[in-house]
Amino acid sequence: MKLLSKIYNGIIFAFLYAPIVVLIVYSFNDSKHRVKWGGFTLDWYKELFHNELIMEALWLTLQIAVLAAVISTIIGTMAAVGIYSMNGRLRNLMMGVNNIPMVNPEIVTGISMMLMFVAIYRATGFLRPGFLTLLLAHITFCIPYVVLQVMPKLRQMNKHMYEAALDLGCRPVPAFFKVVLPEIMPGVITGALMAFTMSLDDFVISYFNSGASAQNLSVTIYSMTKKPITPEINALSTLMFGTVLLLLIIVNIRQVRDLNKQKERR
Amino acid sequence: MNEKKIIELRDIAVSFDGEPVLKNLNLSISDGEFVTLLGPSGCGKTTTLRIIAGFITPDSGDVFFDGKRVNDLPAYKRTVNTIFQRYALFPHLNVYENVAFGMRVQKKSNQEIEETVTKMLELVNLKGFEKRSVAKLSGGQQQRVAIARALANNPRVLLLDEPLAALDLKLRKDMQTELKNIQKSLGISFIYVTHDQEEALSMSDTVVVMDNGVIQQIGTPQDIYNEPQNAFVADFIGESNILDGVMLEDYLVEFFGRKFSCLDAGFEKNEPVDVVIRPEDIDIVEPVKGHLTGLVTNVTFKGVHYDTIVDFKGFKWLIQTTDYYPEGSTIGIVLNPEDIHIMKKSAYSGMFGDYSSYSEEFDELGDAVAAAEAEEEAEE
Repeated sequence: MKLLSKIYNGIIFAFLYAPIVVLIVYSFNDSKHRVKWGGFTLDWYKELFHNELIMEALWLTLQIAVLAAVISTIIGTMAAVGIYSMNGRLRNLMMGVNNIPMVNPEIVTGISMMLMFVAIYRATGFLRPGFLTLLLAHITFCIPYVVLQVMPKLRQMNKHMYEAALDLGCRPVPAFFKVVLPEIMPGVITGALMAFTMSLDDFVISYFNSGASAQNLSVTIYSMTKKPITPEINALSTLMFGTVLLLLIIVNIRQVRDLNKQKERR
Repeated sequence: MNEKKIIELRDIAVSFDGEPVLKNLNLSISDGEFVTLLGPSGCGKTTTLRIIAGFITPDSGDVFFDGKRVNDLPAYKRTVNTIFQRYALFPHLNVYENVAFGMRVQKKSNQEIEETVTKMLELVNLKGFEKRSVAKLSGGQQQRVAIARALANNPRVLLLDEPLAALDLKLRKDMQTELKNIQKSLGISFIYVTHDQEEALSMSDTVVVMDNGVIQQIGTPQDIYNEPQNAFVADFIGESNILDGVMLEDYLVEFFGRKFSCLDAGFEKNEPVDVVIRPEDIDIVEPVKGHLTGLVTNVTFKGVHYDTIVDFKGFKWLIQTTDYYPEGSTIGIVLNPEDIHIMKKSAYSGMFGDYSSYSEEFDELGDAVAAAEAEEEAEE
C-alpha cells in the first residue's frame, strides 16, 4: 500500500514538473531544433541578454513589480489595520470582500479593469493604456494578498499594546509606527514578497491592461510565441521559473519560522 | 491620604451595542487612596477603569480630574497610567527601552531617562535586567517591568486592571504586598480592578463592590465585610448564611420563629429583612443549650477549620468550626447580638445565602467558571 501511494505521488509530480524539466533542459540545448539534443551550451542565455526587446520588457517588469509591491504593501497594511479595528460582523464582511478578487477568475479581473480604464480614457483622456494602467492593475490584484498576510499578525498582537503606547503619552500615529508596525513587520514583509512575486508572475491581467507601449515579460513572451519560437524563450522561462521559485521558498521559510516562534512563546 | 478628590465620576452611563454596561455610576477617589473595584466578570469594573484611562468615552455623565472636566481629553494627554492585563509590554524593545518608552515620547534627556529607569528597576527589584528581552522574562518579571514602565511616567494615579490574575498563588501573594508597599512609598492613588475578594480586602483603603453596572457598596474593607448592604455584597465577600427575618422593633429581630436581640436599628416596625450570619461567628453548643438545633449533613476539612453544613428546619447553614462534628450528629448553636447583621430587602434577596446545594465539587466548578470568565473579559 505504501509503495502504491509512493508510485502514485511520483506520477503526479512527474506530470506536474516534467514539462518544466524539459523546458529547462532545452534551454541548454545547442541546437535550433526543439527535439534534437545537440550538446550543452549557454548561448541562449547570452543571446537573451543581448535581445533588446526582452531586456526592455524585463526592466519594465521589475519596475512594475517593485512599485506594485511597495504601494500595495502600504495600502494593504493600512486596510488590514482598518479592517482589524472594525467590530465582528463588519470585519468578517470586509475580509470576505477582500478575498473575492483572489478567487475571481483572473480573466474577469483583467477584462473588467481594461473596460474601466478604457471608459475613463474615453471620458477624460486620462489613463491611456500603458505603464500606469499596468501598474494600477498590478497594485489592485496584489492588495488582497498583503491584507491576508498582515491580518494574522494583528490578531496575534496583544491588543492592549497600542493602548499602552497611548497611555504612556504617545500620539496615535507615532504609536502605530513605534509599537504596532514593529510587531506586524514579519507579515508586512511577507506580504510585500508575495506581491512582488504575484506581479512578476502575472500574465492574464497584464495582457489586457498593458497596451502596446508597455509590455511586461510574460506578455512579450506570449507575443514572441506567435512567430517561430526560438530557444531563447526557454532560457527566459527558466530564469523566470527560478526567480519565482526562489521567492516562494523564501515566503514559505518565513511562514514556517514564524509558526515555530509562536510555538516557542507558548 | 488626604481628602482632596483627584478623580470624580458623575452620573456615568455606558452601553455597548445597546447593552447597558454602566448605569448612573457615581464615584470619587481621593489623592493617595488605594481603591479597589471589585465584582464578578461583566460587572463593569474594567469599563470604569477604561473611562478613567481615557479609552472609553461615556455616553453620558462627566469625568473630572483634579476638578477639571476631562471627558474629551484623549488618553495620551492624561496624567494617569495603566497596568494592563497580561502587561502589554513591547516585545521588540528590551527591558530598559520598555521602561524608558514614556520618557522618550516626552523627549527627556538621556541622563534623566537613565536615572529614572535605574530608580524604577530598583523599585521593582529588577536591577541588572536592563538589556534583557521582555519576551524571555517570567510572568512575574514581566509584571514588574509593566509596573516600572507605568511609574516611570510619574503618574498622579495608577490604574491596575487585574494585574495579578495571570500569576500563580504564591507569587500573587508576594506581589500584593509589594504593590501595597509601592503605593504607600509613592503616595499616589491606585485604582485596582479585581474579582478576587481576598485581594480587595487585604490591599485596599476603600472597596467599591459592583454588579451589573451598578455600585452595590462603597466602604472600607471592614465595613464591606461586617456591614454588607445587601445579599449580593454579603455573598460575594466571604461566606454568608442569609435568612428571611422580620424586624420587630429596634434591636430585636425574629427568624426561625424565635426572637434574637441584635445591634441594628432604624427599620420600620415589622419590616421584612435579610439576616446575615457569618459562618465563623456561630458558636456550637450541646443541643439542649442551643437557641436552635440542627443536623450535620456534610463536613469538609479545609485545613484551618471544618466547613460544616447543618440543616435547620430544611434551611442549610454553613458553619466554620475548628472542632469536628461528624455527619449525622445533632448540634445546638448560640447566636450573640454581634453575630447578627440585618440588611434591607433588595433585588438580590433570596438569591444567595442558602447552602443546600453545597458540595466541594460545586465550589471548584465555581472557581473554574470564574477563571474562565476572567479570561473572557481579558479577550474583550
